[in-house]
Amino acid sequence: MNITSNIKREKIVQELSPKTFSKIGVYWVIALSIVCLIGLFAYIRQLNKGLVVTNMGDYVSWGIYISNFVFFVAISLVGSLITAIFRLANIEWSKPLTRIAEIIAVSAIFLASLIIIVDMGRPERLLNLALHPRLQSPIMWDVVVIGTYLIISVLLLYFPMIPDLKLLSKANTAVRRTWPQGIYKFLSSFWTGSSEQRKNNGHSITILSILIIPVAFCIHTVTSWLFATTYRPGWDSTNFGAYFVSGAFLVGAGGVVIAMYVIRRAYQLEHYITEAHFDRMGKAVVLLCFLYLYFNINEYLVPAFKMKKPEEAHLTQLFAGSFAPMFWFAVIVGMLVPILILINKWGRSPGWAFAASIMVVIGAWFKRYLIVTPTLLHPLLPMRDVPERFKHYFPSWEEWAIAMGSLAGAMLIITLFVRFFPIIPIQETITGHDEEEEKLI
Amino acid sequence: MKNKSENTRRSFLAKGLAAAFLASACNTKSNPFQPEDSVEPSGEKVRLLSVDGEIIEVDKAFLKPVPELPKISNESERIGIPDKKLVMVIDLSRCKNLKKCQEACNHMHHVHPGQSWIKVYGMKDADHTAPYWQPTTCMHCDEPPCVKVCPVDATFKRQDGAVLIDSDRCIGCRFCMAACPYSTRVFNWEEPLIPLEIAKQEYHCETSVPQKKGTVGKCDFCPDMVRQGELPHCVSACPNGVFFFGDMYEDSVTNGAETFRFTELIRDKAGYRLMEDLGTKPSVYYLPPVNRNFPYETGLKNEPDPTEASNHH
Repeated sequence: MNITSNIKREKIVQELSPKTFSKIGVYWVIALSIVCLIGLFAYIRQLNKGLVVTNMGDYVSWGIYISNFVFFVAISLVGSLITAIFRLANIEWSKPLTRIAEIIAVSAIFLASLIIIVDMGRPERLLNLALHPRLQSPIMWDVVVIGTYLIISVLLLYFPMIPDLKLLSKANTAVRRTWPQGIYKFLSSFWTGSSEQRKNNGHSITILSILIIPVAFCIHTVTSWLFATTYRPGWDSTNFGAYFVSGAFLVGAGGVVIAMYVIRRAYQLEHYITEAHFDRMGKAVVLLCFLYLYFNINEYLVPAFKMKKPEEAHLTQLFAGSFAPMFWFAVIVGMLVPILILINKWGRSPGWAFAASIMVVIGAWFKRYLIVTPTLLHPLLPMRDVPERFKHYFPSWEEWAIAMGSLAGAMLIITLFVRFFPIIPIQETITGHDEEEEKLI
Repeated sequence: MKNKSENTRRSFLAKGLAAAFLASACNTKSNPFQPEDSVEPSGEKVRLLSVDGEIIEVDKAFLKPVPELPKISNESERIGIPDKKLVMVIDLSRCKNLKKCQEACNHMHHVHPGQSWIKVYGMKDADHTAPYWQPTTCMHCDEPPCVKVCPVDATFKRQDGAVLIDSDRCIGCRFCMAACPYSTRVFNWEEPLIPLEIAKQEYHCETSVPQKKGTVGKCDFCPDMVRQGELPHCVSACPNGVFFFGDMYEDSVTNGAETFRFTELIRDKAGYRLMEDLGTKPSVYYLPPVNRNFPYETGLKNEPDPTEASNHH
């Protein structure tokens, strides 16, 4: 290794090391924490009074908690797309994005697990799932696959980071003053960087990358089965697994573009997350938009062509009834406009790709709401002999507070991770540079 | 002939009511009431609360001590009553939306105010078909979608056909509510409003009492009444004999006054089940609303909002 490459190496370590928050960063963390605390306060109210603090009822027995859960499970799928599928396909350009995708996956799947407990009438009986499990229930399948996915995702976040942690524990950077280096040391204490260790670590990552793909397909397919295994119009669909998985990849890819943009701006990482990354991720998002649009057409056009009696009330309420504004918002803002932007070269510039991705993610959130609630308002027998408030649904302030608190919680985890851990893989970047130089020589 | 049977049914009901009331009111082991051999009216009246929530006067001689029923363990409650297959037949030609079934059921199970385990639908199948009243209980399906989806075995299917809920085990995920195509399940969104002495009782799957916050409730076919040789509360509360209850193995169903062979009744009156196409195989059968005892309109006066009754498929 010559002197110039050593200087370069120092420069990379300096640039990619975690940095302290700017003023905006501090405000951002405070704002997220406040939203989380309001959500926590609402949840304590719910624990005391019961689910009566929500506006759910005997007909709309699943509301914003469940749609928020589906949203979290969906967005977490991106971890497998970028870390595993792209890695196994030897796609080089996605390497700086792997850790962004993986931390989105870990935080989202963690919050998904929390929000499903929030929805339980008896959260203190959670252990019954282990004490009296019945394996034929799709909920049990969901518990198993989400637990597995969480563990694999954490490992996929950790294993590639070990060399970076070792590097940081030794590096003489600004970090030393602000973060107890003991944690880096602890997490990488066994790492010597020997060729055997590197080989083993590489193998482990490959095995995990292969494992996570079927598990990722399972988490969202099983989540779709929570609906598709019932008889209800709007849910009783064989299209649901593929429809959910495609939508999940879309919202996850959108989430990665948003995170890329924010992290790049906040940490001045223009050399590492380049315009080419936005261009390529933009292409991925537009492809996934088309894929999701395709499944949407299947999901709505086929039943609408037949207009079976139980489907009719449901579909007309979506297309032209009280849910129509939200439905068309999710289609137009969540899919069509992003396609029109991202299909152009100029639309894949960082700013436009960021804007289109925000549309994708917001549209996706409302899409999950549309999948859960309208169906429950059209039971197979008419609504009858219940209090009037059970015949319609709009979330209560507690439900909004808890849902927004969970979204803020996921963003807080990502923010704090970026603050304390290297979000762009340092060692891989150095190796990449060295290899390039070797080629030149 | 018909009058006579009505009379015996009434007195049977009164006794049943008194006994049922005592069953829920007296939990002490030492019973203050002495058994009486004769049923000669003593002239001494006692005021009791009926299943409909009304105060009624009953001669003291009719009061019977509550027999000490052996406590049934959760395990045997999950197995069911041996050698029985419970079945219900609902005769739609007799219903006029009196909702006495609903009142009795809600009262005896201490269902939270505003919610009901029995619902009486004003049905109209198509634009030019005749409307009719359709009471629904839990269908106690032989292929119960709710049981399939329960992750903790809190709702289960028994040998005798009943689908019951263990409120001490339910985690409140409400998947069963989403899965049930008959919308028969209700959820205790808050602490259910029940008398303290009832709320303190130990929960039993066969009585479904007391209902608990954060768990699901529904019609249980009253297996506790079956064990006592009595009819479910809805059956005995209906003055029009709409509900027939019985045992498929014995091939008989009764509404208290009339008894029929189940297979003959279903064959002769073309009985059917709700949403047969779903394959849920309900234990509740319906007799079509032909040759009706009452015109549909007589039931409308029991509607809170009469326009509401005829607005569905």
